[in-house]
Amino acid sequence: MTTASRNTLLHWLVFARMPVILLVLVLVSAVLTQGGFLQTDNLVNVLRQVSFEGLIAFGMTMVIVTGGIDLSVGSLVAVTGVAAALAMQAMPNASPTIRIATGFLCAVALGAGTGAASGAMIARFTVPPFIVTLAAMLIARGAAFILCGGKPVYQLPEELMWWGRGFVFESLLGRLLPTPVLVMLCGYVVFLVLFTRTVFGRSVIAVGSNAQAAYLAGIAIRRVTLAVYLLTGALCGLAGALHDAKLMAGDPKVGEMWELNVIAAVVVGGTSLFGGRGTITGTLVGALIIGVLNNSLNLLHVEHFWQKVVLGIVILSASLLDAGLRRLGAR
Amino acid sequence: MREPTPRVQFNGVSKHYPGVTALDGVGFSVAPACIHALVGENGAGKSTLVKILAGAVRADQGVIRLDGNAVEIRSARAASAMGIAVVHQELNLAADLSAGENVFLGRWPRGPLGLISSRKLNQQSRDVFEALGVRISARSQVGELSLAQRQMVEIARALSLKARVLVLDEPSAVLMPQEMQALFAIIRRLATQGVSVIYISHRLDEVFELCKAVTVLRDGRHISTRPTDQTTRDTLIREMVGRPIAEEFPQRQAALGEVVLQAEGLSARGRFHDVSFEVQSGEVFALTGLVGAGRSSVGRALFGALPGIRGGLRVGRTRGPFQSPREAQRAGIAYLPEDRRLQGLLLERPVNENMSLAHLRDISTAGVLRKRIERHRVQQAMREFQIKAAGPEVLAGTLSGGNQQKVMIARWLQKPYRVVILDEPTRGVDVGAKVEIYTIINRMASAGAAVLLITSELPEAIGMADRIAVMANGALAGVLDNRIRAVTQEMILELAIANYVPRAASAVNGTQPR
Repeated sequence: MTTASRNTLLHWLVFARMPVILLVLVLVSAVLTQGGFLQTDNLVNVLRQVSFEGLIAFGMTMVIVTGGIDLSVGSLVAVTGVAAALAMQAMPNASPTIRIATGFLCAVALGAGTGAASGAMIARFTVPPFIVTLAAMLIARGAAFILCGGKPVYQLPEELMWWGRGFVFESLLGRLLPTPVLVMLCGYVVFLVLFTRTVFGRSVIAVGSNAQAAYLAGIAIRRVTLAVYLLTGALCGLAGALHDAKLMAGDPKVGEMWELNVIAAVVVGGTSLFGGRGTITGTLVGALIIGVLNNSLNLLHVEHFWQKVVLGIVILSASLLDAGLRRLGAR
Repeated sequence: MREPTPRVQFNGVSKHYPGVTALDGVGFSVAPACIHALVGENGAGKSTLVKILAGAVRADQGVIRLDGNAVEIRSARAASAMGIAVVHQELNLAADLSAGENVFLGRWPRGPLGLISSRKLNQQSRDVFEALGVRISARSQVGELSLAQRQMVEIARALSLKARVLVLDEPSAVLMPQEMQALFAIIRRLATQGVSVIYISHRLDEVFELCKAVTVLRDGRHISTRPTDQTTRDTLIREMVGRPIAEEFPQRQAALGEVVLQAEGLSARGRFHDVSFEVQSGEVFALTGLVGAGRSSVGRALFGALPGIRGGLRVGRTRGPFQSPREAQRAGIAYLPEDRRLQGLLLERPVNENMSLAHLRDISTAGVLRKRIERHRVQQAMREFQIKAAGPEVLAGTLSGGNQQKVMIARWLQKPYRVVILDEPTRGVDVGAKVEIYTIINRMASAGAAVLLITSELPEAIGMADRIAVMANGALAGVLDNRIRAVTQEMILELAIANYVPRAASAVNGTQPR
């Protein structure tokens, strides 16, 4: 093979490594489950399961590209979910639309506010993001339990269920496009545009690749840092409200370990934990990889404990493969 | 007469990167105990050759012989085991460790129990520094040392490794004349002890003063290797550039306008104090002085990148001091930082992102980037400044020093600024690119900008500036009128060393504020 064609092949492999891994995984799952995996119902189910954490992962991608991390996302889902449920419960006589809108608004505002508070701490006082969001994680989880007295909040409007368990255009498409999946896809498009096509996205990348250079080029690095945590918090709020709709309750226990799943999706998607490099599409693929994996392990009746082991190994191998291919590409 | 076995012999060494041939069958020899200059424009292949020798990159083809034996340098560790020491242009020191700890990095002397003995460490590093004749305390933290002192720490490390081959990549770029003479003395001493020194520099005076032989590379090819007494400056320049260069410092008719930059009693604690000057529109105003005199700090302070500035500042009608670079930029200041890799470039991002970074607003509507406008601008700038890169998507970190610097300058030339601060704009830049940068500076001044040229190269200050301000010890020692280019290096040095206190000495005495 000539050098040029080898390079092209290599670059393609490096560029498309994650989709390739996903495809292989899907094929393997299909074969192992004798087609069970490929049933429409099952695929729709995978997408629905992925949608909550996937949504948050888009924000997390930006946080990680700035060189930060957000450990508070799982707890934020819980506290915003509880807050939204309480808001909806508190106004039983209002119209369902208004109750639902208020619930979503409360959740998103609370998430954005908490995210902004963490971001401000990180940006202004240069406290390490790990510490700040670890503290926020504890505080938010505690607050979720305190707000509802430890018990799930029920009596939510019936119409809310569509947001969590329903389908979009059900009369037209049938049960093909779950509402939370559509929300996630909207989030994907918004964040893709935000990340690749706006001044803000460029600034995020600049802050992550060389904060000092970004600062000396007139980028408002504090504002950018604050904004990525704010956006991630807002997404957590959205996910929190959607999750209420899925459970038809505000539960302070939801979202445990989500931060790790979300970070795993981002990293498997090829975003560097050192900052400066990452893609939104990669994150989507990363979330799908993890979702497909979880689902096929379930279908294969792999024991719960073993699922965790397999997941860990997959994350590790994806990262190793990624590092190896990248080194090949750089040589 | 038979020639002695060369210390280093390159034979047909080639290296290809995707889209670029960095080295193309390079072959030449370096004699034992010889100071051998390696010159060429940026992108000529010097850095790649050094990286191969240092074990950081592997050649695609070719053989390297050390004292006659073909060697394969697989890693940096292998290189130092073979006695090859490289002092890179970008210094590789651990800023939080002491000077002594850096000299013996990874080879710290052990005491009983196998623990690091700081007594031995400090004693041995003191010996190395003494042998070098430099005044650096073994205990001082590297982060607090000046660039010149850090370089000495690197050379001390090479020395302590008992190197057979010492590669110095542009060591003089950060040094003032008397520091340079000290460095030369050290290099000569090493050569008499049998060390072969490969000396990379863009300053041809140094090549003739210091080196016995000189090799010219151009576009990855070997052009010539000769004893320095059998060639001339003009020949070298012709060989490096492939064409004659008319003038080192292009002429400019100064048309001065109103005062656009006015500093009054500007102070920054521990860095400089009571600095006052004015720069007119259309003027090139040089700011020079010894390393550590506070030149760069003044530049950073003007640009709002240094906290706690007191005193008066005015840019056009806007009053400072500015709280952030963003604010300074809005007031009409452009700023080229001293260290382009650390403070300027996003090395792992493409050229286009690097160029647009300071003007994202101008290439966007309502926050959304207009990529077509960006591509157009970037391609135009790449043509205009003759930036050698396969395209706008190439990562900035893979470009040569001169091309990186041109990317940085292009970043700030996307629209006119009232005041342009350039901190060492030609550091680590080859002759050809230097002239291009000087022409750009003249063009900016002629367009009405007030140019503040911060430089440690005195010929540059004299060749380019209308007035030359000299800093010493954090204060302005004087301003020399240079409209008829009549200032001499001696005049500048006299001001610069008038009340010079070496920084290391004051740091040891504890008077250096943090």
